[in-house]
Amino acid sequence: MIFPALFFYLFAVLCVGSAFMVIAARNPVHSVLFLILAFVNASGLFLLMGAEFLAMILVVVYVGAVAVLFLFVVMMLDVDFAELKQGFLQYLPVGALVAAILLAELMMVGGAWVINPAVVKAVVAPIPGNVTNTEALGLVLYTRYIHYFQLAGIVLLVAMIGAIVLTLRHKPNIKRQSIPDQVARTKATAMEVRKVASGQGLKETAQ
Amino acid sequence: MNGILTSYLPLVIFIAIATVIGLVLLIVPFIVAFQQPDPEKLSAYECGFDAFDDARMKFDVRFYLVAILFIIFDLEVSFLFPWAVAFGKLGTAGFWSMMVFLGVLTIGFIYEWKKGALEWD
Repeated sequence: MIFPALFFYLFAVLCVGSAFMVIAARNPVHSVLFLILAFVNASGLFLLMGAEFLAMILVVVYVGAVAVLFLFVVMMLDVDFAELKQGFLQYLPVGALVAAILLAELMMVGGAWVINPAVVKAVVAPIPGNVTNTEALGLVLYTRYIHYFQLAGIVLLVAMIGAIVLTLRHKPNIKRQSIPDQVARTKATAMEVRKVASGQGLKETAQ
Repeated sequence: MNGILTSYLPLVIFIAIATVIGLVLLIVPFIVAFQQPDPEKLSAYECGFDAFDDARMKFDVRFYLVAILFIIFDLEVSFLFPWAVAFGKLGTAGFWSMMVFLGVLTIGFIYEWKKGALEWD
């Protein structure tokens, strides 16, 4: 079939192109939008490899949520990004050199890496045709890999508590509605009847 | 493998049609519409006023908190999908493992609620 190959090149070219635009775009908001395009194309590549669930989760989580978070960060920082990135394309050769060295190192590591043949056999074991991708994942994630699954839950809990601890600042002197307090109010606690002597008024105001 | 890809054909057609309609609506006005540009057309109206400064400004960190809390529950839901699909074959262990996971996140939710992170001020 020629179509999968065609779509592969479409997605791959768009993905690399938009990834380049993420760092080349002047406006940081445009960078984030290119990042979203890169995510979408990466999810297309996942789809071509048959990893349906991963592709959909990439769209839901990364495009739906993480990109929004990036937009918030970009807008919240209030840094003049255009000025900050002025020299970016000038420093590109140096950066490319560092990246090339890193790539060479990684390739050396990769070349020396020997994968246990038993593992290779296990990796290429095909998923039975009548089981969908999502179901195959579900069958092992919650039973066989239960530790990692529970660990993921703990990580999410830590992330939640960390976000609240780091960013939640209640302003003092704000009166919040407290329904129990309102309901518990009685005539005795809410009002007071005093005799006022004529022409003198009250010496001290209440409370 | 190929069966998977052919089942996504409607999606491809959908995106293709959406792209075509979007591009047509974008390009046709340049060709068809009557154009007589004038700087007055772009200026603010009588009752409007010119922008004071850049629209990009610092805004409250609480928006960020809401977004982070949303992502966490988004991820929780993404764990629920494969569980729901494979539910019939998982057995008791799978069921309780998910219940523990949900319990842990519910602890976080209660913390968040009690701390007032869901309230605006």
